[in-house]
Amino acid sequence: MKVALFIPCYIDAFFPEVGIATLELLERLGCKVDYPLDQTCCGQPMANSGCHADAHDTEALFARNFAGYDHIVTPSGSCAHHVRDQMTAIEQTPAVQAVRRNTRELVEFLHDVLGVREFPWAEFPHKVGLHIGCATLRGLREAKASEIDEPAFNKPQRLLSAVKGIEFVHPQRVDECCGFGGTFSVFEEPVSAKMGHDKVDDHHRAGAEYIVSPDMSCVMHQQGCARRAGLPLKFIHIAQVLNGARA
Amino acid sequence: MNSRSHILARVRRNQPAWRTLPEIPSFDRPLADPWAAFATALARMGGSVAVPPEGGALDAFICARFPQARVICSATPEVAGTRAVATVRDPAELDDVDVGVVRAVFGVAETGSVWLSEREFGVNVLGFLSQHLVVLLDPRSLVPDLHHAYRHPGFLEARYAVFMTGPSATADIEGVLVRGAQGIRTMTVIPVAAADASSAYQPGRTA
Amino acid sequence: MTRVDHAEASSKFIEAKDHADFHDKRLWDLRKKRDSESEAMPEWETLRTLASAIKEHTLTHLGDYLEEFERNATANGMVVHWARDAAEHNQIVHEILEQHGATTLVKSKSMLTDECEMRPFLENRGIEIIETDLGERIQQLDDEPPSHIVVPAVHKLRGDVAEVFGRTIGTDAANTDVPYLAESQRRHTRPYYLKAQAAMTGANFAIAETGSFVVCTNEGNADLGANLPPLHIASIGIEKLLPKVEHLGVFVRMLSRSALGSPITQITSHFRAPRPGTEMHVVLVDNGRSERLGMDDFWYSLKCIRCGACMNTCPVYRRSGGLSYGSTYSGPIGVIIDPTFNLRKYSSLPFASTLNGSCTSVCPVKINIHEQIYKWRQVIAERHQLPMVKKEAMRVAGKVLASPKLYRAAVEAAAAGLDHLPRFLVYNPFNAWGRQREVPSAPASTFRQWYVTNRGAER
Repeated sequence: MKVALFIPCYIDAFFPEVGIATLELLERLGCKVDYPLDQTCCGQPMANSGCHADAHDTEALFARNFAGYDHIVTPSGSCAHHVRDQMTAIEQTPAVQAVRRNTRELVEFLHDVLGVREFPWAEFPHKVGLHIGCATLRGLREAKASEIDEPAFNKPQRLLSAVKGIEFVHPQRVDECCGFGGTFSVFEEPVSAKMGHDKVDDHHRAGAEYIVSPDMSCVMHQQGCARRAGLPLKFIHIAQVLNGARA
Repeated sequence: MNSRSHILARVRRNQPAWRTLPEIPSFDRPLADPWAAFATALARMGGSVAVPPEGGALDAFICARFPQARVICSATPEVAGTRAVATVRDPAELDDVDVGVVRAVFGVAETGSVWLSEREFGVNVLGFLSQHLVVLLDPRSLVPDLHHAYRHPGFLEARYAVFMTGPSATADIEGVLVRGAQGIRTMTVIPVAAADASSAYQPGRTA
Repeated sequence: MTRVDHAEASSKFIEAKDHADFHDKRLWDLRKKRDSESEAMPEWETLRTLASAIKEHTLTHLGDYLEEFERNATANGMVVHWARDAAEHNQIVHEILEQHGATTLVKSKSMLTDECEMRPFLENRGIEIIETDLGERIQQLDDEPPSHIVVPAVHKLRGDVAEVFGRTIGTDAANTDVPYLAESQRRHTRPYYLKAQAAMTGANFAIAETGSFVVCTNEGNADLGANLPPLHIASIGIEKLLPKVEHLGVFVRMLSRSALGSPITQITSHFRAPRPGTEMHVVLVDNGRSERLGMDDFWYSLKCIRCGACMNTCPVYRRSGGLSYGSTYSGPIGVIIDPTFNLRKYSSLPFASTLNGSCTSVCPVKINIHEQIYKWRQVIAERHQLPMVKKEAMRVAGKVLASPKLYRAAVEAAAAGLDHLPRFLVYNPFNAWGRQREVPSAPASTFRQWYVTNRGAER
């Protein structure tokens, strides 16, 4: 099984510990993981702004870098969603379609492909508010969305439940968007900030010490809000918790 | 080209590839006590059920429930009231009606709704100008849900057919629920068997 | 014609804290009520699938269903008119009123008439129009458009309503008791039903099989209007068609549950023929709908049954208010319809979204709203309607991110301690992000740098 690691630009730049934890975790679980050194970005920032043409070259670079792998794993739900469902600026050759099909967010890979349920090395004795980003939730269907009437399921929570000492607390608005939304966070700053502050307040009121998420982009935004508000909330990526981080 | 032709031509030119019309399956499930379900649903929508005394006169019962009422206008021969709707020539005359009385053709257990048409109202606006409405309903006429309700032939025959579910209401101001908005302030449903059994619901009857 | 600036409008909305908090909570409460209904109904998702399929079938056969409706409605004694656009709709309505010597009109809620801007058209021609829906009436008296298609004055608090009524219909402006205010509107409006020469309604559904149309309301205003004056005019968008009466079982079960979390509206009226001695006119309106039908990516928006569930769930709508969209249709459905009315004017709307997809999940007819929002962004970019700042930033980002060398230079520079996000990530560097949020701290090295240092031997 040839596995490649895709580290999105914002994790590369600002949260390298998330990339490190992802790599170490995959290796702990027996994967031999390549990290193509010429990777950059999946094209989402341009594509989500409607700038389809501007996304072309970046998407082509992604497809070239990740050609030939059985699985491309990334600790970012929005990137995985973009690659699988929206990477259409480039010609859809069989090779491109294969890259798109084989790209998975980390939790999906662990839960669905490796079928992992136990993380014996992991311990996280804290009250945790789990945040699943909207692309991960409704795009990748990693959990039942509150709007849909169907049997409950929650892949990130399922994995985290195996971590010793973890205690889940739930905000009132379980899956309301936190307001990051990519460039929305800048071009619609008033609403974005209000949504972010509402989200962290909700988690804080529920008693969360940590917000754990598979989505660092959301975390970046929520952390910014929480720090500005002086809330005693800490933030960590699910990869770090599953990899054994204690705090 | 007139507008009709213009619009139809554009619509036909732009219609996407045909999609099939689905069959609506049955959603029937056993309903242990249709009347209880109806009464609960009605209460939730702000209406109420009033059980008349055994063999009691409906007129007296209604007067007792609405002691301040001066004008009771009935559209059903079962209640005399103070004014028969047949005497009304101009709908606006019903402006002073305190209590309107009608007999509904059937009720819907799912929603607590009653079905009325121009025949049952006599004058349609009786159901809306009256301050209060009393609805006689034969419990045997209940249908389980709206799928069943919409099979009633009345939808093909009536000029005007209404599901009324409790009184008029609004929550337009700060989300505060006000019962009795611009139509009736209260709806009272009185279970009374109809003179003939034809209003009893027959499962499987198609519209 | 100025571009709507949603972000600017939202900023003002949020500043009015009490109003903004109430607005968000009230609409979230409606969303929760919807959830209670959907969870209580095992067939909810099945009904959504059915409703969507029925609408798609109808729209793909719309020509035939429109003709069938017209045939049956006419046989029933209704007069059916066809209006290509808003202007023609208004002219037709005016002609009908003129022919009947009607100068006072009571009307119930119809977004279509708002879309056509009918009221000012008729008022300029001497027709007195009374909006009878309480929310619409408040907005009419305050000379402000409705902000939500189901609860038009949801952005107002009781004090605001008391002020408006005090100013216009002579109530005690200091009395903010809600039942008092509602009763005041009831008493003030009632004489109009009795003296009006004409009534207008919209229609939630039009049934081809029977030539009838359905009006779902709670207040009783539509039926007071329709059953008193001798003239009833119904404005109906051509997309409101359904094939048969039996389909109402699906749609009536879903409409109020989606909108308000109640199983049905207090009054659900089915009009098939005029009362003897009166006239009933139907105006079938196109106004861009037939054109939208031909848009591969956007025709699904025509399935909309105007329930407002998308607005109630939308976190952006709840925090910015319907008026910030500058259109009759706001919230998620507005975002995907309005660009068809005026692409330039509404070019900011598809960006007033985080693409979270909650709207799509609550839509009773399964409109893929958030996917259409995404597609509209492409249309706007292609038609050069993006703001210059964004367009340029994306062009630069597209170049930097396509080149490993340029990318590494930018990222490593940012991670080397500059305390602002790279330009290509933010476009309006630092100022917007930093207004209400801290920026992320810059780590000692990037992931790639760590990898090359620690795993370089594995290249």
